[in-house]
Amino acid sequence: MEFPLTQLDRAPASDVTTPGRGRTLDRVFGGASYGAGLLVLGVLALILLSTTWEALPAFQHSGFDFIFGQRWAPNNPDLPLFGTLTFLYGTAVSSLLALLIAVPVSIGIALFLTELAPRWLRVPAVTVIDLLAAVPSVVFGLVGILVIAPAALPLYQWIHDLVVNVPVLGSVFGPAVNGNTFATAGVILAVMVIPIITSISREVFDTVPVADKQAAYALGATRWEMIKGAVFPHSFAGLVGAAMLGLGRAMGETIAVTLVIGGSTQIAANLFASGNSMAAVIAQQWGEASGLHTSALIGIGVVLFAMTVLVNYSARVIVRRAEIRMKGATA
Amino acid sequence: MTATATPAREGAARSRPDLGKSALPFRRRFANRGMTVLIAACLLLAILPLGLVVYEVVSRGAGVMSLEFLTADIPRNYRREGPGMGAAVVGTLVITGMAALLAIPLGVMGAIYLNEYGKQSALARFIRTMADVMTGVPSIVMGLFIYVTWVLAIGEKNGFGGALALACLMLPIVIRSSEEMLRLVPDELRQASAALGARKWRTIVTVVLPSAISGITSGSLLAVARAAGETAPIIVTVGIAFAANPDLFDGGNTTLAAQIYRNASLTFAGAQDRAWGAALTLIAIVLLFTIIARLIAARFALKER
Repeated sequence: MEFPLTQLDRAPASDVTTPGRGRTLDRVFGGASYGAGLLVLGVLALILLSTTWEALPAFQHSGFDFIFGQRWAPNNPDLPLFGTLTFLYGTAVSSLLALLIAVPVSIGIALFLTELAPRWLRVPAVTVIDLLAAVPSVVFGLVGILVIAPAALPLYQWIHDLVVNVPVLGSVFGPAVNGNTFATAGVILAVMVIPIITSISREVFDTVPVADKQAAYALGATRWEMIKGAVFPHSFAGLVGAAMLGLGRAMGETIAVTLVIGGSTQIAANLFASGNSMAAVIAQQWGEASGLHTSALIGIGVVLFAMTVLVNYSARVIVRRAEIRMKGATA
Repeated sequence: MTATATPAREGAARSRPDLGKSALPFRRRFANRGMTVLIAACLLLAILPLGLVVYEVVSRGAGVMSLEFLTADIPRNYRREGPGMGAAVVGTLVITGMAALLAIPLGVMGAIYLNEYGKQSALARFIRTMADVMTGVPSIVMGLFIYVTWVLAIGEKNGFGGALALACLMLPIVIRSSEEMLRLVPDELRQASAALGARKWRTIVTVVLPSAISGITSGSLLAVARAAGETAPIIVTVGIAFAANPDLFDGGNTTLAAQIYRNASLTFAGAQDRAWGAALTLIAIVLLFTIIARLIAARFALKER
């Protein structure tokens, strides 16, 4: 008995319900929920407009140098300079490093949960990932700056000594002065994006048709060959989306990075050097900024907003398409 | 199973094809075993940092934890040793509470629109995608947004600005998790209610929402837990306070997360101790909310079956 609700609603007023009060309440309630739904769009539009408006003085002051300029001298008395390329670089390096670590590990965890784990282990394993996601980023930052960074410094120096005479590696793993570096930021970020990449990867792996897996086993595949031949080809697009969602999260992560990246304005190929990221520079300099400096920091926020929205939107579209295609395959 | 692995069965294997794992070439067996170990090791890689964080926070935070630590004012001089995080505890509770008060009703209404009214219309689908996108907006950008629209408008940094920023961060999470829960409510219930003559709003308020309420509560609590630990929007919008300030609309405020950030980058032992103590308090609050949310969700799952 299919009886669409909407048709009942459109029934004439002469039906059993009394007209009047109920109908008004119906309209009010529907309108309120409609408004709440639109609120999401309103807030997003307002974020873009209001912050861009506030950042306009800095954009006008610096022009294209705001993005392509390397010199950041907000307190220069004659001509303050707002070139944010170094922060862009820091954001890119730290979040790509994070992905490099987090994507394989997350895919491994997701495979473990969907293909490998015995039933009794599944719930505790998911709980571990959930708890990892629940730890506030500032706590990761605290552990990062007071525990991990000091402990990592000897490790960085050891790696540098190991590769000092190798051409490219020697400069990528360059000399380390202290533990607050791009590398530390990347590692902490990796831990923070593992839960999100894992959960999306799990969703993607769950859409792989059981028939495909059983077919692979029936052809004599080992478990790993089944994963390679049936699971991966089906989920490639979805995994790309998951990685991009992780990238979006890593780019916008502020406090943990602020604490462990070191806070120096430089573009260095050396992963063991201090740097800064877009989100981190806002948090660091916010307290002491005023006037054009504040406007420039908000400008960095606008660029960051645009980048994360773009990355997140494309990621969602990719994941959605992949899921729809999977469902089509199973039906 | 053990017999097939021994060479003693070679005679039998000749007459019947050996389908056991040992019949596989060494390379394939090795790859399978190796990858299995690697995949399991990935989970250990996730447990390791969680264990490290919990161990460090508990072992270093427990030393400074006391009732006085939770209630005393924050010392105005960072160099001074000894307690107090009272202002931050109060600030965290009132700011997060106000954010929840703003975001949860709006989020649930938004979810009602998506699941009961908009359904698969183009607008509803667009709002759904944008809510997902909004969960990815960096928290610092949310802070800047509230700074521009609220702090600059009223000319003062106060707790309500922080609450607004946290509410913006919670809103999309509440919408999406509530919608998932509303979708689980069977359509038969709605049709039965409509057949009894109830209007749509009545059906939603008295039938749909009550049957989804535990799922919505659990999703909202997770959003609250997430918001309680946010730092970046707080340091941008709420200013500073050393004594407890329960008034959201008057004067600066502070939260545990903001205090951890402020004290962590200082080299004074007293400040660092307070940071660890604040971290322990914050983790306890966040975990409490997360566990309550899981318990409610678990009971809901049972009822469904």
